[in-house]
Amino acid sequence: MSTSHASPHATDPTASQASARETTEGTVYTVTGGDWDEVATAAARGDDEKIIVNMGPQHPSTHGVLRLILEIDGETVTEARCGIGYLHTGIEKNLEYRTWTQGTTFVTRMDYLTPFFNETAYCLAVERLLGIEDQVPDRASVIRVMMMELNRISSHLVAIATGGMELGATTVMIYGFRDRELVLDLFELITGLRMNHAYIRPGGLAQDLPAGAVDQVREFVKKMRKNLPEYDKLCTGNPVFKARLQDVGYLDLSGCMALGATGPILRSTGLPHDLRKAQPYCGYETYDFDVPTDTTCDSYGRFLIRLEEMRQSLRIVEQCLDRLEPGPVMVGDKKIAWPAQLALGPDGLGNSLDHIRNIMGTSMEALIHHFKLVTEGFRVPPGQAYAAVESAKGELGVHVVSDGGTRPFRVHFRDPSFTNLQSMAAMCEGGQVADVIVAVASIDPVMGGVDR
Amino acid sequence: MSEAQDNGNGAVPSPRGGTGEVIDVRRGMFGAKEGGDTSGYGGLVRTVRLPGASGRPYGGWFDEVADELEGALEEQGLVPEEVIEKTVVDRGEITFHIARDHLPVVARVLRDDPALRFEMCTGVSGVHFPGESGRELHAVYHLRSITHNRLIRLEVSVPDGDPHIPSIVSVYPANDWHEREAYDFFGIVFDGHPALTRIMMPDDWQGFPQRKDYPLGGIPVEYKGAQIPAPDQRRSYS
Repeated sequence: MSTSHASPHATDPTASQASARETTEGTVYTVTGGDWDEVATAAARGDDEKIIVNMGPQHPSTHGVLRLILEIDGETVTEARCGIGYLHTGIEKNLEYRTWTQGTTFVTRMDYLTPFFNETAYCLAVERLLGIEDQVPDRASVIRVMMMELNRISSHLVAIATGGMELGATTVMIYGFRDRELVLDLFELITGLRMNHAYIRPGGLAQDLPAGAVDQVREFVKKMRKNLPEYDKLCTGNPVFKARLQDVGYLDLSGCMALGATGPILRSTGLPHDLRKAQPYCGYETYDFDVPTDTTCDSYGRFLIRLEEMRQSLRIVEQCLDRLEPGPVMVGDKKIAWPAQLALGPDGLGNSLDHIRNIMGTSMEALIHHFKLVTEGFRVPPGQAYAAVESAKGELGVHVVSDGGTRPFRVHFRDPSFTNLQSMAAMCEGGQVADVIVAVASIDPVMGGVDR
Repeated sequence: MSEAQDNGNGAVPSPRGGTGEVIDVRRGMFGAKEGGDTSGYGGLVRTVRLPGASGRPYGGWFDEVADELEGALEEQGLVPEEVIEKTVVDRGEITFHIARDHLPVVARVLRDDPALRFEMCTGVSGVHFPGESGRELHAVYHLRSITHNRLIRLEVSVPDGDPHIPSIVSVYPANDWHEREAYDFFGIVFDGHPALTRIMMPDDWQGFPQRKDYPLGGIPVEYKGAQIPAPDQRRSYS
C-alpha cells in the first residue's frame, strides 16, 4: 500500500513526506513511502479507529490497474470495494465502426491473457448470425480447440505465477513465466504474434498451421508434462503456501450463484459446471477430458483446480494433434471467406505475392471478391445471437446484434473477470488485509477484460 | 441494399420474413448524409427489420419453458399476454420481450420456479436503436439454468424520453455491476438499484458513450502521404 488518500488527484509525486489535509470526509493523508511512522502516529492521534486505504490503481499486487478501496480497522478489512474503469478503452464502441472480420483484432485485446477465447466466442456468435455454424471445416474447429486449450494453460500459468509473486514466492513466478513462454513461442509460430493474434476469424481461421507446428506442439506437451509436477513439488504441499491460501477468499455455492461467479471459483465449490461439457461448442463433446472440482471453496482449491485443468488441457491438445486431418480452414463460401493467402515477407506477415499475382493477373472475379471483402466486408442478416465459451476464467459470453450491415450494430462481452471481480467484497470483508491480495489473485481478474 | 437485390443469387442475405420489427430505414449506399449523393446509389431504400414474433410451437424445450413461465405468472395473478409482449425464436435462441413493469416478477419466477430454475443471470447488455421511435433503448438479459442446462433471453425496451427499467439486483445480485455498466453507457436508469453510479467512465462524464448519436471521435491520420479519416468519418455501407 503506497497511498492512503481519498482523492487520487491530490497526489503530489514530489512530496517525500506524508502530507495531511482536512476534507469533509476526514483527514486525508498522501503517502509516498518511507513515511509510515508519521501516518501511524497521526492516525493514532485521531479519534476515529477506522481508516480507508486506497490500494491501487498502480500497485504491484492488485493485478493491473485495479483500485481496491478498503476500510480497515487495525488489520481487519471491514468493507471492501473495487474501483474499475482505469483500462476502459471503448472496444465495444470501436467494433461498431469496423467490419465483422476486423472485429477479431479488437476482441483479442480485451482479456489479453485469453485472446483465443475472446476470438472464438466472437466468431461463434457471428457464425450463428450468419447461419454457417455447421459449415466451419473440421480442421478449423480442431485447431480452435487446440489453441484455446494452449491458451488455457498460458492463462492459468500467469494466474499461478502472479499469485505466487504477490505472496512473495518469486520462484513460482519464474517457473510460471518460464512455461508460459513456451506456449507463447507456439502462438508466435502459428499465428505470427505472441499476443493479440486475430487468428480466429468468422468462418474459420486466418491461415493454416505452418510447417513443423504439429511437431513443436508435441514437443511442448512432452516438456509440459515434465514441468507441471514442479508446481506440485513447489506449492501443493508447501506449508507456507497452504497457510496463506487455505480458507482465504471463501465463497460457497450459493454465493457463486448469486454473484454469477463461474470458472475455477464456481468449481472450487464442488459444482462441475463447465460449458465445454454443458453446452459444447467446436466439437468439445467428442474430446475425452475431466472437469476437476474441489469442495474447499477457497483460494487453495482454486489453485489445485487450475493445476489440474492444465493437465486436462494437455490431454485435449494431444487429442487435437491426433485428429488433425488435411483440409480447408475456412468456410467454402467465397462471400465470407477472407481471400488472403498469407506469407511471411521481409516486412512481416502479409498477403502472399503468388496469391496477388494470381488474382491480379488471371482471375478478375477473385480480384473483385478480394476488393469487396476487404473494403466493404460481408453483410450479416439482422438479428441477435449469444455465444458463450468456457474461458480460463469462466463463462465468456458474447451478445452480438446485427442490423444487416457490414459492421456489427452492437457487440457486448460478458467477461468472466468483470463478473467474478464483483465477488471480491464477499470474499474479503472480515478478513485480514494481507488476505485481500490472495483472494484477488484467486479470482484472477484481468483488467483488460474487466474494463474493455 | 434494395429489395430488388435481395432476390439475386443469394449474394445478399435476405431478411427473414417481412413481419419483423422495423428498427430503421436506410437510404443510399455509402452513408452520405450531407449534400447530394453523387454515387448513383442515392435512391436505394433498405428497411432494417429484426426477426419478428414467432407462433407456437416454438420447438424443443422452448415450449416447456414458455408454458411453465405463463403458468407461473398466472399463479402470481398476472395475465401472461400483458407481461410477455412477444416471443421471438430465431437462430435456435428464444427471446421473451417483457413489459418493463413486470420484469422483477418475471425474473423472480424464472429463478425460483423449480421447473424453470434459471439460477444465473449473465448480466445485461444495452442496445440503442435510434430509429425505433418509442422503443429506442433495449436492455437484454441472458439467463442460464444450470439445473436444466438451458439459456433464454429477456428483452425490455423503453423510450429514450423515459429510460427507466426496474432493477433486478434484488433477484440476481450479479447484475449489480452490469446494470451500472448499462447505465454508464446507455443512460438506462435501473430503478431500485442500490447504488447506480457510473462504473467505467469518470463520475463527472457527460453523455452516454455507447448511444448511436454519441460520436466515436478520433483524428485523421497520415499514412504514406495520404490522409486517412477518423474511423467514424470513413465510408460506410448503409
